[in-house]
Amino acid sequence: MSAPLYGLVLAGGRSTRMGSDKAAIRYGDRTQLERAADLLRAVTHETFVSVRPDQVSDPLRARFPQIVDTGDIEGPAAGIHAAQLARPDAAWLVVACDLPYLTAATISHLLAHRDPSRVATAYRSSHDGLPEPLCAVYEPAAGPALQQFLSTGRNCPRKFLINSDTLLLTQPDPETLENVNTPVELALARQRVEPATEKRAIRVQYYALLREQAGRRDESVETAARTPVELFRELSNRHHFTLQPAMLKVAVNAQFQDWTHPLASGDVVVFIPPVAGG
Amino acid sequence: MSRFRFSHEPVDPAPLREELLHPTCGGFASFEGWVRDHNEGQAVTRLEYEAFEQLGLREGEKIIAEACERFGVSRALCVHRLGDLGLREVAVWVGVAAPHRDEAFRACRYIIDEVKHRVPIWKKEHYASGDSGWVNCERCAADAHSHEAHEHAHAHVHD
Repeated sequence: MSAPLYGLVLAGGRSTRMGSDKAAIRYGDRTQLERAADLLRAVTHETFVSVRPDQVSDPLRARFPQIVDTGDIEGPAAGIHAAQLARPDAAWLVVACDLPYLTAATISHLLAHRDPSRVATAYRSSHDGLPEPLCAVYEPAAGPALQQFLSTGRNCPRKFLINSDTLLLTQPDPETLENVNTPVELALARQRVEPATEKRAIRVQYYALLREQAGRRDESVETAARTPVELFRELSNRHHFTLQPAMLKVAVNAQFQDWTHPLASGDVVVFIPPVAGG
Repeated sequence: MSRFRFSHEPVDPAPLREELLHPTCGGFASFEGWVRDHNEGQAVTRLEYEAFEQLGLREGEKIIAEACERFGVSRALCVHRLGDLGLREVAVWVGVAAPHRDEAFRACRYIIDEVKHRVPIWKKEHYASGDSGWVNCERCAADAHSHEAHEHAHAHVHD
């Protein structure tokens, strides 16, 4: 018989690359934290939010039952370990809060194929085939095993799953566990998960390599893209650009702007390939 | 007239130098970038320069203002050529006049270095082989591909 299943949303990260608290990021009308908690509540006895001691009274997190990190373990293993200590007889469905493409179907697939006789059931990464530790079921046996692993000074949950008896499943959709760490990734995620908004009329001018690849100097586009990075992705699909946003700069109305600058109808956008004056 | 300019015609340094001559200035430093017949092992036959002029003029003027502020000079000019250029033609001209030589040299160096990095100008090289390529673009696109694959393969190394 399988152990009762509890849910744990990991929301204790420091969001360094995003520059703002990732748990508070909104897609549509819900924060990432609420979205993840809703997914887990639907399939578990009870769902908790994992927090660091200094996050306990944070208004966003205070509304949820919490499990507070103890000890001096760094990273997501701290939250998993604290949950296992709190309920040693439980199995924990652990999910990171920053997975905007995670769906109820991905969770159901994981639970349907869960093998309670193993230490854990997890998805295989679409990138490298290794376990994805932050959308996985940790059986009660994982408690003492993780304790032992941490006692050797290691704290990488991925490494823990690699070295444990983990059942690995192939993801039904290879992009479902892509996480979002930077403002640019966030802009792209919003475009995918939020319903399309009204279209904007944007004028795009091309120079140099982009001009040659687009086969034109300029074009007018009707687009749902809200930011230059979304627009570039859309145009890149159309024109097969070889340059990636990371190598380019962007100008809106002849001023350099961020890739996440909001676009408005009538804007003139120029993507700037690596320059080579002189 | 703006201190940073684009020229679709060949650049003649003589009148530009004239523009900077001033009785308060005892030193003048200039830099000329010329079209060279080789680059990274390839024989180059001609160049093509293209710019996003509206933004380029603004960014170029900003660079000259920075140089004046930073090195305490007041007379500086930069002209960048656009269009098709043959070997030995002047691609870029920078001139700075100042009371003394040191600030003229330093401001001149600053301007050419910043222009190369910041002003939206692109250079296409045409090679003796018949091939051509946008400098800093073609190879970096190819590198990015292999780099990305490399990163994925080694995203996380586990023992």
